[in-house]
Amino acid sequence: MITLLLIFFPLVAALMLLMVKGEQVKKVALAAAIIEFVISIAAVVQFQHNADTQFEFNKPWIQSLGISFHVGMDGISLLLVLLTAFLVPIIILTSFKKTYKNPTAFYSLILAMQFALVGVFVSLDGFLFYVFWELALIPIYFICLLWGAEDRARITFKFFVYTLAGSLLMLAGFIYLYQHTANHTFDIAEMYAAGQSLDIVHQGYVFWAIFMAFAIKMPVFPFHTWQPDTYTTSPTQGTMLLSGIMLKMGTYGVIRWLLPVAPLGVEHWAHLAITLAVIGIVYTSCIAIVQKDFKRLIAYSSIAHVGLIAAGILAGNTQGVQGAMIQMISHGVNVVGLFFIVDMIQSRLGTRDLSVLGGIRNLNPQFAVLFLIILLGSVALPLTNGFVGEFLLINGVYQYNAWLAAFAGLTVILGAVYMLRSYQSIMLGETNAVTAVFPPLEGYEKAVLFIICAAIIVFGVYPKPLLEISEPAVVKLVDNFRTAIGK
Amino acid sequence: MTALILLSALGVIALLAEIFSFKKLLFPVVVLGLITTFVLNLVDWNTDKSWYGMMRAFSSVLIGITTLWFIMAEGFFKEESSLTDHFALILFALVGGVVMVSYTNMTMLFLGIEILSIPMYVLAASKKDDVASNEAGFKYLILGAFSTGFLLFGITLIYGATASFDLPVIADFISSHNGAVPSMFYAGILLMLIAMVFKVSAVPFHFWAPDVYQGAPTSVTAFMATIVKTAAFAAFLRLFASTFAGAGSIWIDVLWVIAALTLLVGNITAVIQTSTKRMLAYSSIAHAGYMLLALIALNQFTQSSVLFYSLAYSIGSIASFGVLSIVTASRGNDTTEAFNGLAKTNPLLAVAMTVALLSLAGIPPTAGFFAKYYIFNAAFLSGYGWLVLIAILASLIGVYYYFRIIIAMFFKESNGNASIEVTVNHKLMFIITILLTIALGLFPDFIIRLL
Repeated sequence: MITLLLIFFPLVAALMLLMVKGEQVKKVALAAAIIEFVISIAAVVQFQHNADTQFEFNKPWIQSLGISFHVGMDGISLLLVLLTAFLVPIIILTSFKKTYKNPTAFYSLILAMQFALVGVFVSLDGFLFYVFWELALIPIYFICLLWGAEDRARITFKFFVYTLAGSLLMLAGFIYLYQHTANHTFDIAEMYAAGQSLDIVHQGYVFWAIFMAFAIKMPVFPFHTWQPDTYTTSPTQGTMLLSGIMLKMGTYGVIRWLLPVAPLGVEHWAHLAITLAVIGIVYTSCIAIVQKDFKRLIAYSSIAHVGLIAAGILAGNTQGVQGAMIQMISHGVNVVGLFFIVDMIQSRLGTRDLSVLGGIRNLNPQFAVLFLIILLGSVALPLTNGFVGEFLLINGVYQYNAWLAAFAGLTVILGAVYMLRSYQSIMLGETNAVTAVFPPLEGYEKAVLFIICAAIIVFGVYPKPLLEISEPAVVKLVDNFRTAIGK
Repeated sequence: MTALILLSALGVIALLAEIFSFKKLLFPVVVLGLITTFVLNLVDWNTDKSWYGMMRAFSSVLIGITTLWFIMAEGFFKEESSLTDHFALILFALVGGVVMVSYTNMTMLFLGIEILSIPMYVLAASKKDDVASNEAGFKYLILGAFSTGFLLFGITLIYGATASFDLPVIADFISSHNGAVPSMFYAGILLMLIAMVFKVSAVPFHFWAPDVYQGAPTSVTAFMATIVKTAAFAAFLRLFASTFAGAGSIWIDVLWVIAALTLLVGNITAVIQTSTKRMLAYSSIAHAGYMLLALIALNQFTQSSVLFYSLAYSIGSIASFGVLSIVTASRGNDTTEAFNGLAKTNPLLAVAMTVALLSLAGIPPTAGFFAKYYIFNAAFLSGYGWLVLIAILASLIGVYYYFRIIIAMFFKESNGNASIEVTVNHKLMFIITILLTIALGLFPDFIIRLL
């Protein structure tokens, strides 16, 4: 029941919000998002630390086709629901001083987006998963289209078509699996069984059909070309939703659907897919180094981070998948923090061009410290949250192939290069005409940055509570995967 | 049968309205009459899976969509002088449509097609002072007559082989000859196939459709794109998915080439259109391609997937043509630019159009998504996975031209275009189409389990 509440509360809130007019709408939206967060905490508290799917709800939906409304959470789902519920109020809070035109629609769409995201993370029925997956695309498309920067129509359209192409391939893969289930159903367990009963060639087809959707969403090189443009043109909150939560749909999909339905296919093609991911890591890190636009730089860094997550998952061992779980959370928190920093600089100084900024530390040391903490989390310094995940991920990839791990490990070094370089050019040095005046931080900005920095440090020093939630489920999933491939 | 009698009576009443001068009352009378027919048609529904259930389902769709159409086309009846003729013509066309979905004899098929087509020829040309409209009517008449020729020729050959017009007898003939039927019969089937493919405007027999759709008054175009198309598909289905199913080996190969071409040509050509009406005409051609996919699959999902698709597609088309005709009337042209800023000036129209276009593009949670899914599922089941891939590619192309309008409505500035006056009836109809589209998308089981 708590799962249903988690899914539908944001939708109800989004619809109620349509009746609120004017400035109140932000506060109501924030309140709704906080209530959702409290519900998710309640779920965490009630959660039994084992590998079972809990809080299940299963009702037939389209009976004649074996489609049911089957939702539930194991540790993997719960962590991502928690991430969603944690980030959405923060994302809403970051917009508190913004005056968007038509705020009612803006906040309703954010909450509608949350509804779809939670739905994706808790679906235990292939069809339902697909419907939520597509539903998540519509609000974000309109958020980017209506409140984005210049040239948004063309860019958001590219984003839409790109991800839709992937989704439709996934749909084809799902229908194919559905035809092979014993009782013609989309139930997750039966789809696993159907996928595993196929031979290696057909599992390979299924792998590519489904992997394309996830690879585009994350995105993995070479399917990433929509991402930098879309992240750069979207309004800050849209970018946060895309990078903080939506790309986790892709990585989650790989864990929940791809590994179990096509283990042999994954095993067969993992080398190619991991190599692509690693190429993406090095390639996008190098591009990030030469970026002048700070927002675009973070967009590229996000591809590098998510490439490592993809590589870790496809390596198919416990360290890799567990590292991916932690890194999804850390990346979500850190990237939202970084995009907020971008937004703060831009709204104060009217630019985010690295070549003209400089010396902000002299004007606002407090901001400098908070920025530095988020940045260090992002470059995975030990004792920050980024370190735990990246360590496990590189460890996981190392067990798969030492050479690939060596190249994947470059992300840490290159990450330090581009992040520290950008910190240097924004914060250090002398102030200039552009950065002469840097207004002090406002209350809501402090609140957001403090919460994010606290999360970075707390889960960097003591990640155990998070690791514990997902561990049993991950161990079970990886065991099943390794049994299926006979290792 | 009740439906046929009631509808014909309604048509006669519409003709008599001129004489007894109650023209003003005619609109509500007709709408109420249609609703009554719709309800009566549902009341004696038998839920068995035979063709009769199917026939009733299709005729319900036709009557229901016509009711919506009448509300949409309110303006069409107001602006024309010869009001009563139009009512009668539409109602008789609907009678033809109902005959086309419920025949068991090929002469009835012929009669149904003619009863449907002749009013459509007249209506296509009903904007008498417009050259394009006259051209549309003329083109439709010539090419329609030509395809009817093919149909009659096909019927003759099949009659020659089987000595019967009755569908059950013909089906028995195929099964008793176990594939070794005379070549005359094959030729008959292929000629009838050409005639039917022409009626549903599939490539390469689609050339009439864009010109006729564009030239005819928008309301008439909407009627052709929804009711005429649904009726033609039901007739097609009745003929090929049940009667000629036994001889599938000879027509399926032809039909999948036609389906693949229709999907690609329809969608690609739609992309380059500047007139929205013509774009919708090509999109309507493309949608025929999806429905052909279900026909090729030829399994237990064929009938219900065509039914669901035609319902979802008709609702989407009625809404999109409705918005188009209102926008065209107020802003003077039907290019994409005419839709600029509609979200600001007329939010309801913009939302109705968006939902309709999302449905036509097949995005969840709309009815169009489930309809496409259901057809893909049927095609996959019969091993046409690669045709599904073509269809997926085609629907991606479709997104491009549908979203151009959505982007124009929400993103472009309105350039001082004023808010458009929308009548209460239209508002009501748009709300109904929005709700139906979403409800069918969320609870498709309701329709599917009827069959």
